[in-house]
Amino acid sequence: MSAERPAKGQNDYAVIGKPVAKIDGRDKVTGTAKYTGDLKIPNMLHGKILTSPHAHARILSIDTSEAEKIPGVKAVITHKDAPSKKYGLSPARWDENIFCYDTVRFVGDKVAAVACTDEETCYKALAAIKVEYEVLPAVLDPLKAMDDGQPQVHEEYERNINTEIHQDFGNVDGAFERAAYVRTDTFVGNRTYQSPIEPHSAISMWDKDKLTVYSSTQSPHYFQYYIAREFDLPMGNVRVLKTYVGGGFGGKLEPTGLEFAGAVLARITGRPVRMFYDRAEMFAHNRGRHRQYMTITTGVDKQGKILGVHADFIMDGGAYTSLGIATAYYAGAMLTLPYEFDNYRFDMFRVYTNLPACGAQRGHGAPQPRYAFESHLDNIAKELGIDPMDIRLTNARQADTVTPNEFAVNSCEMTACLEQAREMSGWNAKKGKLPAGRGIGVSTGSFVSGAGYPIYRTDLPHASATIKVNEDGTSATLYTGATDIGQGSDTVLCQMAAEAMGFQYDNMRIVAGDTETAPHDFGAYASRQTLMSGAAVKQAGEEVKEQMLRKAAEMLDFPSEDLEIEGARIFSPGNSRVELSFSEVARRFFVEDGPLLGKGSYTPPKLGGKFKGAPVGTSPAYSFAAQVSEVQIDEETGEIDVQDVWDVHDCGMVINPALLEAQVHGALFMGMGESIWEEVRFDEEGRIQNANLAEYRIPTALDMPRIHSGLVDSYEPAGPWGVKEVGEGATLPTMGCFNNAIFDAMGVRVNSLPLSYEKVWRALREKEQEEAS
Amino acid sequence: MQAIVDQEGVRRYLVSLTINGDPQTAMVKANTVLVNLLREEYDLTGTKKGCELGDCGSCTILLDGRPVNSCLVLALEADGSEIVTVEGLTERGELDRVQQAFLDKAAVQCGYCTPGMILSAKALLDRNPDPTEEEIREAIAGNLCRCTGYVNIVRAIKAAAGQEASTQESTGRETSGRETSGEKGKKEQVAS
Repeated sequence: MSAERPAKGQNDYAVIGKPVAKIDGRDKVTGTAKYTGDLKIPNMLHGKILTSPHAHARILSIDTSEAEKIPGVKAVITHKDAPSKKYGLSPARWDENIFCYDTVRFVGDKVAAVACTDEETCYKALAAIKVEYEVLPAVLDPLKAMDDGQPQVHEEYERNINTEIHQDFGNVDGAFERAAYVRTDTFVGNRTYQSPIEPHSAISMWDKDKLTVYSSTQSPHYFQYYIAREFDLPMGNVRVLKTYVGGGFGGKLEPTGLEFAGAVLARITGRPVRMFYDRAEMFAHNRGRHRQYMTITTGVDKQGKILGVHADFIMDGGAYTSLGIATAYYAGAMLTLPYEFDNYRFDMFRVYTNLPACGAQRGHGAPQPRYAFESHLDNIAKELGIDPMDIRLTNARQADTVTPNEFAVNSCEMTACLEQAREMSGWNAKKGKLPAGRGIGVSTGSFVSGAGYPIYRTDLPHASATIKVNEDGTSATLYTGATDIGQGSDTVLCQMAAEAMGFQYDNMRIVAGDTETAPHDFGAYASRQTLMSGAAVKQAGEEVKEQMLRKAAEMLDFPSEDLEIEGARIFSPGNSRVELSFSEVARRFFVEDGPLLGKGSYTPPKLGGKFKGAPVGTSPAYSFAAQVSEVQIDEETGEIDVQDVWDVHDCGMVINPALLEAQVHGALFMGMGESIWEEVRFDEEGRIQNANLAEYRIPTALDMPRIHSGLVDSYEPAGPWGVKEVGEGATLPTMGCFNNAIFDAMGVRVNSLPLSYEKVWRALREKEQEEAS
Repeated sequence: MQAIVDQEGVRRYLVSLTINGDPQTAMVKANTVLVNLLREEYDLTGTKKGCELGDCGSCTILLDGRPVNSCLVLALEADGSEIVTVEGLTERGELDRVQQAFLDKAAVQCGYCTPGMILSAKALLDRNPDPTEEEIREAIAGNLCRCTGYVNIVRAIKAAAGQEASTQESTGRETSGRETSGEKGKKEQVAS
């Protein structure tokens, strides 16, 4: 595809490719940025949801009468007061109700809600609601959930099977027969939680039959769609506005119940209602990373070339589907990307348990299988006496190839990423030569730049945008449904708009994530906005540019094809006397032709194969990454001290180098937490043991290693200006990379996440005992 | 301290405090925490609530110059104190050097931890104008950030301390998340 590459390189543009400051930076450093929980609407009530204390129980009765008597309590609601339609994120399995009818399915399942004059009264009211339960046996172990005689989480899903996948490409058994070496390893993942620092909240209010919801959401569009569906409203009667969002990482993608319960309470009371989750309730609502049980078998030839792979997985879905069907497919689908092989089989069961539902967390289903595969590949390399870097280079995917599950890969610099990571990290000088207790490991990853298909079936474009040049031409406003949750999409999209229009970034304004004023976009998930929203913005900007050039040509009496526009200046390269400012042309346009508007939309091409589940994992483009890490292990305590991490990315053209680098830092940080410390733990009753930020241990500033980030030159023909994703891809390699570094340091393999100090210590003691006997 | 008892028998106390330089008085209950007083009574919503348990540091304010989690301080305890919130750092639209450095170093993503992080950094630099990287990391260890991996935050605080030029660095170069040595005066970067 290199033939399609334009002459302009990374540094040849006026606005893109530059590390401009974030458009919302000043608001955020001064404390003026308002998040949903900061908003006060006059006459607003406060609301909270009552949740189940049991993992599995029948609701015998709910008595709200005492709660209703408390002064300041304005409404108490249960399932009797709320719409009865089941919802969820994956339409194939809508299995959740706003409030439980007769059964609660996990500790934290929603039972009732209150609206009160203040927060303190809410807690009193919740305590006064009397719910009589008949406690039922619960299923908490996903490996037993499919056994005969286990409690059923949902009656309609036999043996607690939520999703079952069997995909077979090529001839895996034939590949294993031909292989010089076939190896099977089993790994276990951990349940982690996104833990955004901002808790979820929503403010709901009605104006006759129109519902307005302010929400801390990653996708105003999906919220609008699901709220409208639940309340039988046309989409036009539901307005969802995103405020600033304090991080999402997948956890704010789907309805939380706060917007539904709040809408019911607001309708009954006739007042705006602000609902929120506290930290423990966030953990209970969860929708974090699925714990996966992963058995992988791979056959290779003598040189370590992969001939075939069989991935056989089970994942714990918790009590509801959430986005878990997609997670289950992603877990297997993304395994085929970084390395080339022709034969692949994927089996998966996603099972229900009486635990909080799991959903989409940064990297979706892919990071744990990637950890498993990268650890497994190092085991193979060790057995064959091949350097881990070399076995990856032998198998690295190349550009313009197709995966066995029919994903078309355009740009791909996997080899260059590995080579640069080897160079930067000093791999050759270190591998096998480090002192005792110190080790070096390598791993790779790849991720979609936006999903090829939407979450529910619709023919809407995936992204759209409008640009309005303001009357005197000194500023322009971009309207988009794309959702900045901190990653910086508002900034990047304004850079793109200015570039396409020939305008200046400093004079761009943005209205994003308001379903009434901004056009539709699916929002922030699957690392889609730079490519997809960006494509729509580019088109809108080019439409403005074309109108500007036409008007300038008229004003100058000069052929428009000889005019150019850049930096808010219209000029002719061949004639230095021809020049107009953007603002004088735009103003004239407004006077003579009315508002100067540009619009754009983006729909990906038809992608993928025809087999069951083929759409999941399709994307117009894929990012690639290689990571190397160096760790120091304390043999006495098992403590893992990560010294350095080198991350090299192939993410296409870079729109904002500073924000891109920041995404890599954050993804790596998150991967590091999941690798070593983070795990949501449950007691025998299905209650979370560490639903707070002291015991659910996310890394602090003292825990971080030195991070070295690098980029390889890359251009993606499917993306505007050649862009691809970065936000999620950088999370993928980290867990396997650390595990391989520990393996290199100590010769022990930890086969379950997190790679805690205790597990390393135990593995070292086992090794000692083996060596002694 | 003056107190009155309301109709339901709940006692309310009159507290006097200085907030961002302005003298204020408020009636508070014994269980009113400072973060709620600041947010509800004075609309100082730059002070964020992330956990209400003192774990995340989003509600960090300066109480008589010291950084504290305002969710763990009773409003009553703050009687007579001088409080600075993030809103108090900007003077007539002019950013504090720490705020400016956070902008320059791309140390802000979702922004939810940012006010607390900036105030912890401010308190550090007020008492120790030339901190080592280790001291910087210790000073913000009680402020959790889920977006940045702290890399650019540490860079920003160094820049605010005048330890680095306050300009944007470009990607593609090696950059350092922490020093090779925590020793003062030996702030060697791993950068190329």
